Amino acid sequence: MVEVTLWGSLGRAAGGTNKLDIEAKDIRELFRKLAEQHPGLQPWIDRGIAVSIDGTIYRDTWSKQLPQDAEIFLLPRLAGG
Amino acid sequence: MNFDPRYSTRNFTAVGTRPIRPDGIDKVTGRARYGADFNMAGQLVGRILRSPHAHAKIKKIDTSKAEKLPGVKAVITAADLPDHTNGDAAMYDILDNCMARKKALYDGHAVAAVAAIDARTARQALKLIEVDYEVLAHVTDVDEAMKHGAPLINDAVFTEGLEEKPVKPSNVTKRSQFGHGDVHAGFGHADFVVERSFRTEQTHQGYIEPHACVASANADGTADLWVCTQGHFVYRQHCAQLLGMDASKLRVTSSEIGGGFGGKTHVWAEPVALALSRKAGRPVKLVMTRDEVFRASGPTSATSIDVRIGARKDGTITAAEATLRYSCGPYAGSWAEVGAMTSFACYRLENVKTVGYEVLVNRPKTAAYRAPSAPMAAFAVESAIDELAKMVGMDPVDFRIKNAAQEGTRSSYGPVYGPIGIGPTLEAVKNHPHMKAPLGKNQGRGMACGFWFNFGGQTCTDLNIGMDGSVSLAVGTIDVGGSRASLSLIAAEELGIAYEHVKAVVADTSSLGYNDMTDGSRGTFSTSMATISAARNAIRTLRERAAQMWDISVDDVAWEHGHAVARGEKHGNLGKLSLKEIAAASGTTGGPIAGHSELVADGAGVSFATHICDIEVDPETGATRVLRYTVVQDAGKAVHPTYVEGQYQGGAAQGIGWALNEEYIYGKDGRLQNAGFLDYRIPVCSDLPMIDTQILEIPNPNHPYGVRGVGETSIVPPLAAIANALSNAAGVRMTHIPMSPPRVLAALEAAREG
Repeated sequence: MVEVTLWGSLGRAAGGTNKLDIEAKDIRELFRKLAEQHPGLQPWIDRGIAVSIDGTIYRDTWSKQLPQDAEIFLLPRLAGG
Repeated sequence: MNFDPRYSTRNFTAVGTRPIRPDGIDKVTGRARYGADFNMAGQLVGRILRSPHAHAKIKKIDTSKAEKLPGVKAVITAADLPDHTNGDAAMYDILDNCMARKKALYDGHAVAAVAAIDARTARQALKLIEVDYEVLAHVTDVDEAMKHGAPLINDAVFTEGLEEKPVKPSNVTKRSQFGHGDVHAGFGHADFVVERSFRTEQTHQGYIEPHACVASANADGTADLWVCTQGHFVYRQHCAQLLGMDASKLRVTSSEIGGGFGGKTHVWAEPVALALSRKAGRPVKLVMTRDEVFRASGPTSATSIDVRIGARKDGTITAAEATLRYSCGPYAGSWAEVGAMTSFACYRLENVKTVGYEVLVNRPKTAAYRAPSAPMAAFAVESAIDELAKMVGMDPVDFRIKNAAQEGTRSSYGPVYGPIGIGPTLEAVKNHPHMKAPLGKNQGRGMACGFWFNFGGQTCTDLNIGMDGSVSLAVGTIDVGGSRASLSLIAAEELGIAYEHVKAVVADTSSLGYNDMTDGSRGTFSTSMATISAARNAIRTLRERAAQMWDISVDDVAWEHGHAVARGEKHGNLGKLSLKEIAAASGTTGGPIAGHSELVADGAGVSFATHICDIEVDPETGATRVLRYTVVQDAGKAVHPTYVEGQYQGGAAQGIGWALNEEYIYGKDGRLQNAGFLDYRIPVCSDLPMIDTQILEIPNPNHPYGVRGVGETSIVPPLAAIANALSNAAGVRMTHIPMSPPRVLAALEAAREG
């Protein structure tokens, strides 16, 4: 079980909470369970969500493991110039 | 992918040196081939007809007269670009931006295009196209567009992110919010509070090379595109989707690039050129004029930002908040969201809140520009921070050091930071000789900090070892700042051979797997990771071949300094085998030797910079001159220090232009008034001092050599550093960018009048 923190706007889409406890071993499983438990998040996942694990931001490595005691923070998937 | 990207210390041989770039001679002798330098037999000239109206319904387009003009081979409108986007809203916006479908949404929006035998005929044909417009009310100002009763740009837009679902459409596409703590309580603990509103005007990336391409659609459904771009694989994806093609049937070859800075991450004219070629049955060259580049390719957002920051007497910031309104052009974007995330990222804050609003206006579709959205937010925040330091009575550098984020700090955008470099850049600035240099009359010094995320992405690289032992490196990320040299250094380092024996090329889209574009400061970060991976795969093969040549187990073969070395007492009489010797024997040991890599480079690591600026103000005219400028930034590891310095200098130079001169000026009719370099003034060499740089190297733990991105952060601090310098030189706080002579003079006169 990992605790996941959602940024403000995503929290609203998840029903008004900004923290969720999810049983997930990696980012792929996290997204799958988020969509199952909170269908309102599916469009956000489709548009792109980045996952910060202990401050390091992952945009595409969905196989990245989620350590039990890590800080997991969801962020908009951004791009640069 | 089975590659461990973690950093480990090592003594570098090639990395960190400054060899001459492989593309340098061609560029200084004029031999380098840019977008407009490619030609094909039978090629036609493409030209685009653009709306003169900021907002207008397209009632009818009659192309019949143009089609009858001798020499015209094709005329297209949106009807020739049917919608293949399958509900993908972002792609539909790109399609509509390339060719207006129902409404022209800004001055310069494409409405039709022609392909003709020469430029004169093409221009004549454009004049023969009759467009029946119904002109609509328009809005180009970001604050005006948010007002009740403002002309609606898209009546299907309902603001996302509000507590309650809106019942009326709006020009605000999205509200986003970040932060933590309780800002109301935090301001209650403040002894001093600064509250100000700021504006920044829209700027263009100002790349010297305009958008240019040659498109050739073939009768068998395949096509070729030669184009100036920051991401040819992304252009292939977008063009193929917009034209209803298989991506594999479109081969895109990138030219040299005369500047992009984010503006060449987006297709503008390329799908139009392909559609013209498909209809004409001949290749079509399409080169934008400078007027078109300004009116119809990606500028930044114009912004309106409110900032409030409070601090105790001891200099501790107790609360910070900002409301950021960013223009998106006529299509939805996430520009304010990024501004809201980056605005307070440099600081350790218990109570912080930022809110962003994305605003539609009748201006060109906003595109990325080097750390997109961050410079405007930093201008507002760093100006207020400087003012607050003065109120508290602290030195601005010490004030920032006291409040700087560090490892373990919860960032203003959410996560807790790992090891970061804001503190070291501030300490370096505090101790820099520039800070102690004397100043003269009407001169002032300012400093400011900046933050950018940096990104990685999908990357694919091939490394081929020739039979003579030389190495060809094929990469899929566009070289915008010397990356072919940097990546050759990386390959040389890993293989243990000389830089001169490596030749890097940017491969076309049919020769290599998909690569994300060169954006987000990712080029060297990502592709160096893939190059290291490819080289290590090649080394495994080299060891296997050496083992064959010696007839021993590969487990007994190590790779050291460009040689296979047999390990163990029983092999003590075996000499080393060089890469060259192993390559020469490859024909009889299994064939060509190569290393391949495909990976997703994540973990780019956030980046910080601190800049110092000296400025002189002419109190009679409001004119300013930057006298001295210093950039201090963390590079992780500078692979080719000269090109790292070049990125620092380039970002600072562009930031200086943004701060002092550059702005889109719209008339009341919604038309752009200054679509050219005479009236939109970017800085030239004689406007700038030598920009000094100091590279800090705090290794990125998520890259084998510790590399971070360096390309974008350097444009973040200049707006505020210059505003702070100007405030110290002339005693006026400038809140509107650019700080052009008329604005500075008006501020000086207002101050004199009290």
